[in-house]
Amino acid sequence: MKALVKSPFVWLLRREYWQERRGALWSQVTLAAILIVLSIFGIIVAEAARIRAGVNVHFVTGGDIGQTLASALSHDTPGLVLGLDSMMWTFGLMAALVLSFTLFFYLLGALYDDRKDRSILFWKSLPVSDTATVLSKVVTAILVLPLIALGVTLAGYLGEQIVASIWFAAHGLNPFTLLWAHWGPYSTWLHLVATIPVSAVWALPAIGWLLFWSAAARSKPFLWAVMVPVLAGVLNSWIALLRLPHVPIEFFWGNLVARPLLSIIPGSWVTTYAANPGFVIPADITGIDRTLGTFGTMYQTLLQPEMWIGAIVGTALIAAAIWFRRWRDEV
Amino acid sequence: MNVAAETIAERPATPSVDGSDTVIQAHGLTKLYKNARALDGADFRVGAGRIVGLIGPNGAGKTTALKAILGLTDFQGELEVLGMDPRRQRPQLMRDVCFIADVATLPRWIRVHEAIDFVAGVHPRFDRAKCERFLERTKLKPNQRVREMSKGMIVQLHLAIVMAIDARLLVLDEPTLGLDILYRKQFYQSLLEDYFDENKTILITTHQVEEIEHILTDLLFIRDGKIALTTTMDEMGARFAEVLVSAAQVEAARALHPIDERAAVFGKSIFVYDGADPEPLARLGEVKRPSVSDLFVAIMKGTYA
Repeated sequence: MKALVKSPFVWLLRREYWQERRGALWSQVTLAAILIVLSIFGIIVAEAARIRAGVNVHFVTGGDIGQTLASALSHDTPGLVLGLDSMMWTFGLMAALVLSFTLFFYLLGALYDDRKDRSILFWKSLPVSDTATVLSKVVTAILVLPLIALGVTLAGYLGEQIVASIWFAAHGLNPFTLLWAHWGPYSTWLHLVATIPVSAVWALPAIGWLLFWSAAARSKPFLWAVMVPVLAGVLNSWIALLRLPHVPIEFFWGNLVARPLLSIIPGSWVTTYAANPGFVIPADITGIDRTLGTFGTMYQTLLQPEMWIGAIVGTALIAAAIWFRRWRDEV
Repeated sequence: MNVAAETIAERPATPSVDGSDTVIQAHGLTKLYKNARALDGADFRVGAGRIVGLIGPNGAGKTTALKAILGLTDFQGELEVLGMDPRRQRPQLMRDVCFIADVATLPRWIRVHEAIDFVAGVHPRFDRAKCERFLERTKLKPNQRVREMSKGMIVQLHLAIVMAIDARLLVLDEPTLGLDILYRKQFYQSLLEDYFDENKTILITTHQVEEIEHILTDLLFIRDGKIALTTTMDEMGARFAEVLVSAAQVEAARALHPIDERAAVFGKSIFVYDGADPEPLARLGEVKRPSVSDLFVAIMKGTYA
């Protein structure tokens, strides 16, 4: 373990983290903090309305209504668990939103920015292969940044729990039995963590496509990466309008335009469920978890041709990015 | 003048006299860009323990030669650096080779301690304590970012990192470009005092030839992608002579086949000779070794004609 932490590759990952800290960590933390602050505002509004209405709510443990409510809530009422789950999901979705933007611009800049500011000459003066450099960026995109996003998701959820606990306690409700004793949200979180490998394989064509232009474009990698597939899609649709031979329009926009650009969105592989009616998500998976499917169905998607063909194409694009990183000669 | 310079270029490259290990060996080194020949069959050898100045006009192929040596570009011909092929073995080669390619190549976002941690993590020959000792002499603080530093401070950091690496070859491409004079002096002084020894080799390109003249042991002049002159500084003193000649002696001086002639004060002229007999030269006037920049001008004149 110690040898692993000290291996040069881990230092490459650390370097990526230092460079991306602001985008990867602080934007996530900021958004989670905003969510918590908004919920505090909500609580204040509710409390203000209650006080103005002159209603005093205080549950006395052992009291009639208090006990009924507390026991109703603590007996795993699906409603309460669903509420807590939704809270975890909200933090997770926000993190996924930020992560999508972070990944897109991280990958476009990963091999371009240091060419632009010529710091590539410093990196290349060290005994690190170009393959290791590019792979450190791939691993950062598929593992490090998603783990940071999910770490912030969990932290945000726990922060929200603390706020809610104070509020509950102020009204005489026991936050430990009501809020903290439920396993559901944490299993949802683990469910999200388990999507990382699936999202990684699904995103390979986009990771490869963006890294390719980051390594290959002389300037403006964003324009190349976006305009090439979009213009090709428009051209294909136009040829279709002329009723000349063309690639099926939906296939083209889905696999050759959206996939190389948008498959970095975490969990966007759930679209393969709809496309393949063979997937049956068992009825006992309820609530929001149904969207992701079971662990079994999640990993079954890896057997779909669109998954592994995409992975092959993505790997080839990453190899091309390594080649350009090695031989692009301009500084 | 053109003719004289070409005669020099056509001479076979003289091997370095030191006889020690070869650090760089190039034979027929050629690099073609789309519409230009940056290197055109350059032959040269650099021995261990030397400080070599690679000097040539803009566009002569200096940077391309360095890029080939560092494995940053593909090329034709043969090139061995420390016995390795820089095209195929770049990562291994970089354990023994360091380079500073002008001042502004440290990433602007990095902090001093991050740069040191990182190099310590990936470079097996980096001596962290040594690097920290060098940094103690500067005003750099561990948390400072490169973007908050002046050019002079950036080069101090880069130099502290590079000098703490026990490499065998250090390549410097215009290392002091844009630095003020204090930092420039300090730069070469540190290199000589704290870094250079008989196991290390330094290859420098710069436009400020006067600045490095006193530290060089060898010269490589490059022109149009070919090596125009290769010599040690000692050999250069024996082979080339500069004579200050009065107006009356000018014709006699011209008869001895100078490679360059230029006007000096009081109607006198300065003549540069290559391999001339010292006896008749001494009769013409005061004989001395030409400076590297004067020799450079004498040999390169044809380039600009």
